[in-house]
Amino acid sequence: MHPIRKQRLQIVLLIVVASSVAVGLMAYMLGQNANYFFTPSQVLQGEAPENVTIRAGGMVVEGSIARSTDSLEVSFLVTDGMANLRVSYSGILPDLFAEGEAAIATGQLDQQSVLQATQVLAKHDENYTPPEVADAMNKAYEMKQKEKQQQYQEGYE
Amino acid sequence: MIAELGHFALIIALGLALMQSLVPMVGSFKGYNAWMRLGHSLSYGQFLFIAISFVCLAAAFWLDDFSLKYVSQNSNTQLPNQYKISAVWAAHEGSLLLWALILAGWTAAVARFSRPLPLELRARILSVLGAISVGFALFLILTSNPFERLLPMTPMQGSDLNPLLQDIGLIIHPPMLYMGYVGFAVPFAFAIAALIGGQFDSAWARWSRPWINMAWVFLTIGITLGSWWAYYELGWGGWWFWDPVENASLMPWLAGTALMHSVSATEKRGVFRSWTLLLAIFAFSLSLLGTFLVRSGILTSVHAFAADPERGVFMLMFLAVVIGGSLMLFALRGPAMQKVASYSGWSREAMLLINNVLLVSSLTMILIGTLYPLIADVLELGKISVGPPYFNFFFVPLSVGLVVAMGIAVFSKWKATDSKFLLSKIPLPLAIAVVGAFLLPFVLGDTDSGYSVTAGLTLLISLWLLATIAIDLKAKIGTDFARLAKLSHSYLGMQLAHSGLAILVLGVGLNAAYDEIRELRMAPGDSATISGYQFDFKGVNPVAGPNFTAYRGQITVTRGSKWVANLFPEKRQYNAGGQVMTEAAIDPSLMRDIYVSLGEPLAEGSWAVSLQVKPFIRCIWLGGILVGLGGLIAATDRRYRRRKTLLENKRAES
Repeated sequence: MHPIRKQRLQIVLLIVVASSVAVGLMAYMLGQNANYFFTPSQVLQGEAPENVTIRAGGMVVEGSIARSTDSLEVSFLVTDGMANLRVSYSGILPDLFAEGEAAIATGQLDQQSVLQATQVLAKHDENYTPPEVADAMNKAYEMKQKEKQQQYQEGYE
Repeated sequence: MIAELGHFALIIALGLALMQSLVPMVGSFKGYNAWMRLGHSLSYGQFLFIAISFVCLAAAFWLDDFSLKYVSQNSNTQLPNQYKISAVWAAHEGSLLLWALILAGWTAAVARFSRPLPLELRARILSVLGAISVGFALFLILTSNPFERLLPMTPMQGSDLNPLLQDIGLIIHPPMLYMGYVGFAVPFAFAIAALIGGQFDSAWARWSRPWINMAWVFLTIGITLGSWWAYYELGWGGWWFWDPVENASLMPWLAGTALMHSVSATEKRGVFRSWTLLLAIFAFSLSLLGTFLVRSGILTSVHAFAADPERGVFMLMFLAVVIGGSLMLFALRGPAMQKVASYSGWSREAMLLINNVLLVSSLTMILIGTLYPLIADVLELGKISVGPPYFNFFFVPLSVGLVVAMGIAVFSKWKATDSKFLLSKIPLPLAIAVVGAFLLPFVLGDTDSGYSVTAGLTLLISLWLLATIAIDLKAKIGTDFARLAKLSHSYLGMQLAHSGLAILVLGVGLNAAYDEIRELRMAPGDSATISGYQFDFKGVNPVAGPNFTAYRGQITVTRGSKWVANLFPEKRQYNAGGQVMTEAAIDPSLMRDIYVSLGEPLAEGSWAVSLQVKPFIRCIWLGGILVGLGGLIAATDRRYRRRKTLLENKRAES
């Protein structure tokens, strides 16, 4: 082969190998570090995996925030209107965390289906609801409406 | 009345921009000199009218005109005056107007300072900038009019500026960042004009370099300010979160950095021509993408204040036209621009190639990590967020490679470098770095926690870079510091920027290694010890600010028997919206920050408190500023100011 052609072939091969390694590595790392979002209903129906970092969220249930008396342990319920998920966290909660407001927790589910959170995010602006939470609430609302309709129809029959 | 004037001025500006995008361009093809010259006056006119529009909006804020929807949503009579002005760009509409104003400003600057360029090229550049301006003016007028009235239901009081944004950092951070984003429109317009004309030579490269540098300087300073703001204002003590919005600003920065380096090789040696053009297109496209990500509200993030699908669709179409159109043009014309030039494996060209490969790899992986959740959402693969481990896994080794390569590159020469010469330069700085990396962690770290590998590696690469810079400087000036003034600004700027990067790396790595954070419950009289500092919690008192009330804690910090600082972190509640905000208290110094913030009140007068000792964190922003300063010095190189050179070159060529 012509030496210049040979050099070019080597370069092309190098690029192909390097970029496939890069793409493979990137896909693998994305898979490892992509945290999926689950609604409380999904978690309680067993759709969310245990011992894998996930995100879950909804509205914080009124009166559900329980603080430990001697540490920063805290636990609370989040709801999508259908189901409640217990979240347990140790540390300082964000400023806009409050009962009846949206919150998203990142962490792993334990065997009692409690989310052991490593991070809790609240909305950053009064008029802003995280799209995931809004979505979850809507889904739950729609399901409720369907149920109601069904019950109504069943009653009618 | 003022608002109508502003709205009207904006519409006139749109008309002028429309003419600017067409007349000089058509003129350049038909050879009508008068048409081409019109580009200048149109640029100035457009700048004037957008400035009038901007001043009108600012006046509406100053006069508390809550009949304007935008003002009523982002201001309040109690808001301190300086924030009334910065509130102009606190949300979507106003920040777009600021964007348009800055674009018009850059365009006017190009019109003013581009006299030495051939008229045809100049006309096309101004036309491309005018076309971008049309896009933004239309976007403003059609979907995001800041002058929209709330009539007849005019509120008596505004709903206030988001307290997070009531801060000096937010007065300067967005304008700086936008100056950078929009500044990349200039090299973009250059690239497009060159592609249209099919003319691309080293004069082009030399002429565009100071513009690339200036845009890049603003972006560097903007990102640094943003990081600093997030650090003290969000109350978590972090300086970078791999938040999509941060990535949105880092991506054009990486593309711009690659562009700055590749254009230097294009200017000096005529290599990487089409690659340079492509990078110019990328840098601006990524700036637009950043605007889209931040302003369309498709992200779940700190900055996603707006959520309006109409705007998102407009932005997406605008992006498609700009990126698609310019890449198409590049596909048609770009390859013909390439000139065959040879260089050997150890040349400076090769080093710059390594730089570009590493920067573009970082950029690609950030782009994929940032867009992946959006793509997955669209394809209904689930709602995903990509965590920091992904970004760190790639970004850290790539950056380490960059710093290591930088050290060698400084000794390399254009075209070819004797490999023996290059290898002979390695032992001394390597020895300095190894010794420093081995010994310094024993001095810097806690004696009981042992040797920190992270700190060691950080010192190894940053000392390596600093040592190579010092050795190269010594070879150039010896011990006679007066000779520093004789070195070119390009060289001095480069060395300063590279030193800044070494200091930044030092700050990042040492902070990662020695950072101590503790969140705990403290009652008045409690104390805690972190990294040798003792924190005494004295309790919390209510205080009143201009537009908020707050609980102010007092924490006394001592080290051994020595007093260090009294810190007063606050938990504020703003009067207007009732929003609660943490105001951290910081005792800053170059060697370490002491960072204290209040969490929430707990039973019996005790509070959740976050106590942090953050060694060398200031080096991150100091480094960032030095990097920016280096770029600024390089932009003032005398070569770029010789106006006649270009014309002479032209004559010599013909």
